Amino acid sequence: MTTVIKVTRRHFLGGVFSAGAFVVGVRLLPLELDGQQAATSSGPRGWQPSVYLGIEPSGAVKIVAHRSEMGTGARTCLPMIIADELEADWSRVTIVQALGDVKYGSQNTDGSCSVRDFYQAMRTAGASARTTLEHAAAGKWGVAQEECQGLQHFVVHAKSGRKLAYGDLVPLASSATAPNQGAVRFKTPKEFRYIGKDLPITDLGDLVTGKGMFGIDARMDGMVYAAIARPPVMGATFKAVDDGAARQVAGVRQVVMMEVAKPPLGFKPLGGPAVIAGSSWAAIQGRNALKVDWTPGDHAAYESAKYRETLLETAGKSGRVARQMGDVDAEFAKGGGVHEAAYYTPMLAHAPMEPPAAVAEFKDGKVVTWCNTQNPQAVQDTVAKALGIKTDDVVCHVTLLGGGFGRKSKPDYVAEAALLSKQVGKPVKIVWSREDDIQFDYFHSPAAMYLKARVDAKGRPTAWLQRTVFPPIASQNNPDEEYGGFQVGMGWTNIPYAIPNLRVENGPARAHVRIGWLRSVANIYHAFAVQSFTDELAAAAGRDRVEYLLDLIGPPRVIDLGKEGVSQGGKPDPNFPFDTARLRNVIELAAERSGWAAKKAGPGRALGIAAHYSFLTYVAAVVEIEIGANGTLRIPRVDVALDAGQVINPDRVKAQFEGAAVFGTSLALMGEITAADGRIQQNNFNGYPVVRMAQAPRETHVHIVQNASAPAGVGEPGVPPIAPALCNAIFAATGKRLRELPIQKHLASTPGTPA
Amino acid sequence: MIQFTVNAAARQFDGDDSMPLLWYLRDDLALTGTKYGCGLGLCGACTVHVDGAAVRSCQTPMSTVAGKTITTIEGLDPHGNHPLQQAWTALNVPQCGYCQSGQIMQAAAMLRTTPKPTDADIERQMQGNICRCGTYQRIRAAIKQAAGVKA
Repeated sequence: MTTVIKVTRRHFLGGVFSAGAFVVGVRLLPLELDGQQAATSSGPRGWQPSVYLGIEPSGAVKIVAHRSEMGTGARTCLPMIIADELEADWSRVTIVQALGDVKYGSQNTDGSCSVRDFYQAMRTAGASARTTLEHAAAGKWGVAQEECQGLQHFVVHAKSGRKLAYGDLVPLASSATAPNQGAVRFKTPKEFRYIGKDLPITDLGDLVTGKGMFGIDARMDGMVYAAIARPPVMGATFKAVDDGAARQVAGVRQVVMMEVAKPPLGFKPLGGPAVIAGSSWAAIQGRNALKVDWTPGDHAAYESAKYRETLLETAGKSGRVARQMGDVDAEFAKGGGVHEAAYYTPMLAHAPMEPPAAVAEFKDGKVVTWCNTQNPQAVQDTVAKALGIKTDDVVCHVTLLGGGFGRKSKPDYVAEAALLSKQVGKPVKIVWSREDDIQFDYFHSPAAMYLKARVDAKGRPTAWLQRTVFPPIASQNNPDEEYGGFQVGMGWTNIPYAIPNLRVENGPARAHVRIGWLRSVANIYHAFAVQSFTDELAAAAGRDRVEYLLDLIGPPRVIDLGKEGVSQGGKPDPNFPFDTARLRNVIELAAERSGWAAKKAGPGRALGIAAHYSFLTYVAAVVEIEIGANGTLRIPRVDVALDAGQVINPDRVKAQFEGAAVFGTSLALMGEITAADGRIQQNNFNGYPVVRMAQAPRETHVHIVQNASAPAGVGEPGVPPIAPALCNAIFAATGKRLRELPIQKHLASTPGTPA
Repeated sequence: MIQFTVNAAARQFDGDDSMPLLWYLRDDLALTGTKYGCGLGLCGACTVHVDGAAVRSCQTPMSTVAGKTITTIEGLDPHGNHPLQQAWTALNVPQCGYCQSGQIMQAAAMLRTTPKPTDADIERQMQGNICRCGTYQRIRAAIKQAAGVKA
């Protein structure tokens, strides 16, 4: 539900707009709150609408970006939608980053939903403002409003050739009432001026000259620097600290004790002794000189190799049924044609290039912070809770983010800075070292998957069982939670195959570290298992992989898990039916553009394909590989076809999928975090390597399906198909079937038959 | 007292000379275009020029910069218009942009000694610079465009 409101109370805008500006707000209620809040007179914290745009008497247009910029282009692409409907001259638009505030609706820049969730609201805001300007001009000229048209910062009356600049209409527009929704004229897609065009991101100039301000760059007058010795094992308790050496480090001012968090950990700061210093360097050196004694606690026995065995063992036993059609057991009991395989993927760390960073000041019972957060409202909530103050008393400024990938949705680090500021009475800057970042991440779950199928004479499955086991994200709020929750709905319950007997299960796993979502989340391991197993069955049947994949997906239809009574992943947005015709289409497109039919596998060279639907977007990837005589693997080319509905900025969408191909390659080739004695064993890019230029796909060709349906996600859905497509290519080239990641660790020891 | 120049301005330093240049640039001079990424010389985000050569400022103690000429991304070109910056802009290279200062500084030093780099040159010279967003293919293309070599 969106309601347009002309805003007269401007004080809450933080001085962004002048007193004479024409400011338009849109009241947007999240889907799930729609009913209950429509029924009450006031939404959360009163009536205040989200303000997305204002026009100054000078004609300057200011558009508020309420989502975080971490590289996806959201800070440019949402304003593009407003500017388009407004018919603003893009060169006269400035983008203002919003503070954290519940009035904007969700600001959690996560789940590939910035455009998806706000496309309509942005269009409404822009179109409403333009309609009001058109109305004002019509009144002034004494002509019918339908004859007036907003066009590039002017309202034009074509019949008489008259025109008025937007800025000159501001006084009139400000005193007019907001148009009701029925009166708002929206553009037709043909009239779009910016939507669908490759506009450069607004920060481009700053980013190539070093001027962009990231969280790590934020400063406050009189600030000190802090580094914390956090508990090395989840749930460890503090015994003692010897800070004698730390206090001797030049620049170290004091060592203070932060309360150590007790489970459930959620977004709480972890706590531990903290070194306060006059420079980043002194803080780091001081922290490294601390000798801290911990009592390890419940998770001290966590060891990754053993844990892997436990997950695989659990995957071999019956679990909770998440989706069921027909009777797989009866089909399996018939015997013959049965294939089974188990897959495993390790823990991963996010490792954004910019680690978590914040500067915060606690003063007069209030906190002001500048930080690289994906979720400023969670910053407000977490900081307020940690300090025992009101959420409204936390002012959260959002900087640019040097990558996020899900890590920066968790504001534990901002609470650290705020708590320390309260303790030392000065603004405190926290920059996590790379070691901090990798050791104390919210890790991507390790996962084990077991799949079993019975096939007919043509190799087509008549029964399919799949079981997934991984420590869930929900363990953060409930340490006893061992089942997968919403992650089971991510590329698992919604397997799009037309198989009469199908059962989808989830087995239990206990978390021993903080678990969090990482770019595309459970889709990573679920796509790996399903798309690898599909390839195995196709190979066993001696069938072409593309033809086989299309056969399993079956005839075009809408998959409606809600109708089947599936609870996990079963409540799709009605604007986004899961349409298998669109999935088939991207597979065919990727195959065609990659030259699939013509490029036959040769010695050490082959193509692999995988397709996956996630974040409401349909994606297929064809990965081409070369393996040299010395075992060196190169990826000369990737072709990705995607259908994400209406695309706002094709170049940025391409960039997301180029990047996703690299991210997917990185985790597939070399991503692995392990634990021993409850501690993470990696701590920098030496132990936890990520893909560099020579190992990355040399060329990623992104093919966007032209489609005017509702815009879906683009930040994450490019990741899941990469690992299975890569492993399928390796199988085609070498006969080596990799059922476990990362590839570099397992390739040499995997038996194969060279092509 | 250590004396040196940063972006053509004379500077002096008399603090803890084991401190890496990175933190001096960022904390003392507020030249924050040079980024921290790993602290071990593994990622290239902190790359600056010392006497024209690309170095990792996180691995460069202040004790070693006496008499040296240091250039950061802010000083690469007076108008932010170095051929690499132009190419980076033309090809929309950055996503989050965090690593790009280091990428550009690394590439700029390479072009000084290897004005017409081959693909192998580019891979070898840029291998120390990580981009987690995965802009490598555009970085490669932008270097070639700036160098005027065939894509």
